[in-house]
Amino acid sequence: MSLREAAAVTGVGETKYLRGTDRTALSFQLEASLNAIRDAGLQPSDIDGLIPYGHGAVAEDFITNFGIKDLRFSATTPMGGASAVASIQCALAVIQAGICKHVLLSLGRTGYSGGRIGMRVQQMPQFRTIGEFEMPLGAIAPAQLYAPMARRHMELYGTTSRQLAEIAVTTRYHASLQTNATMRSPITIEDHQASRMISDPLRLLDCSLESDGGAAIVISAPDRAKDMAKRPIMVMGVAEGHPDSPSAITQRPDLTTLGLAKAAPKAFGMAGITHSDIHVAEIYDCFTYIVMCQLEDLGFCKKGEGGSFIENGALGLNGRLPVNTHGGLLSQAHMAGMNHIVELTRQLRGEAQAQVPNAEIGLVTGYGDMGDGAVAIMRRG
Amino acid sequence: MSDYDKLVPSPTPDTQPYWTGLQEHRLCLQACADCGRVRHYPRPVCDSCWSMNAKWIDASGRGKVHSWTITHYAFHPGFKGDLPYILVTVDMDEGVRMNAQVRGIVEADLRVGLPVKVGYDKVKDDLTLPVFEKA
Ligand SMILES: [Zn+2]
Repeated sequence: MSLREAAAVTGVGETKYLRGTDRTALSFQLEASLNAIRDAGLQPSDIDGLIPYGHGAVAEDFITNFGIKDLRFSATTPMGGASAVASIQCALAVIQAGICKHVLLSLGRTGYSGGRIGMRVQQMPQFRTIGEFEMPLGAIAPAQLYAPMARRHMELYGTTSRQLAEIAVTTRYHASLQTNATMRSPITIEDHQASRMISDPLRLLDCSLESDGGAAIVISAPDRAKDMAKRPIMVMGVAEGHPDSPSAITQRPDLTTLGLAKAAPKAFGMAGITHSDIHVAEIYDCFTYIVMCQLEDLGFCKKGEGGSFIENGALGLNGRLPVNTHGGLLSQAHMAGMNHIVELTRQLRGEAQAQVPNAEIGLVTGYGDMGDGAVAIMRRG
Repeated sequence: MSDYDKLVPSPTPDTQPYWTGLQEHRLCLQACADCGRVRHYPRPVCDSCWSMNAKWIDASGRGKVHSWTITHYAFHPGFKGDLPYILVTVDMDEGVRMNAQVRGIVEADLRVGLPVKVGYDKVKDDLTLPVFEKA
């Protein structure tokens, strides 16, 4: 039994995205959730399933704050930045099983104002291996752990930093068109090249932001979705994929392939469409290189051809594949990809601030931890 | 009393022989006691035959550079004094990879396939870390 069109995105919500706040992550998560529920035309107590992002509010918080009388399902999908999109698959499964009618996916964080990625990371189960064997050597942060993937791609395929800069520049331009983006001043390739090196080959402008705020979506059963406040956005295909050597990039046979490469054929197969049917793509962008690598792993181009694929503004609103039309994690806000699902929904509804004309089918990805991946393909319902 | 202020490993019974080996200037890698497959990082089960019988072998310490990064920003205050530092990912002759900082290797030397050998850096009384040197 396929999950094809087993549910629809019926509501999306965000808070104002900030770099600086004295609010709690919980209050952002609940505010974004209320906005998504309102957007769907539901009452908070209508929610009967919860898949919150892993490090934040728990089911008890929602039951208590929303007065939910009969919560039927709660889970998390612990895949770091791939969690939000992976939780779409989870939501479809519990809706198709008849357990839930309206599942809320939500995230709130104080990534800028609260503790940055602290040393507690060394103790988190999924990082236990690198906590023991790599962090003591000085390989601590994602930028350092991912940089060897980018360097390997450059050495094998001739990919350049200027090509990665195209992603930063295009994404910033898209952010400049948004009212709710934290970095809105356009940049050039030269600005990118002049930005300081963080962990070679990744420069400051290859890296995503630290942000405060929240984002949420509501996924509803098809029989409910057809009569709700907004046009439903049907989930045509969805899958998650876990890379080889998921705990340590160092030991991965092919450093240039992510878990997404396993998920993509499943999602496209379920959706029954091809790459040329995709009008807009929201691609998880913790780092510019990760965007390019995912475009390859999704099959938009061959492995090694990502650099030339993204050149000459190819990812712009009028390019061959408009990508991260909201400004992404690089320039809108780091909401762990929940904001990518929000944006894809708005694009397919036709209500985005940087609207791709006639966008009817689109794709959203998540990427997390040491290479976990997830992808969902959606269409205007 | 040590003023070492970097992150330190917390070895487990599954991983302790690796760290003890480094203290003795030996590179010990874990291998399956049944099918012989060498694995790194150390763990309880062989992913080839699912045996839980493990042994430790003395590895050659030799390998070739697979990739690298040069870090210019201290993500932990303990590494501030090391900046910039080179971390190499190395294909070891035994078929596994290792990650470590370098000694006596500069940015201009770096290329895929550069032959290297493991060295031993005693950073405090009870901790020796691997480093890579030109082979
Ligand atoms: Zn074995």
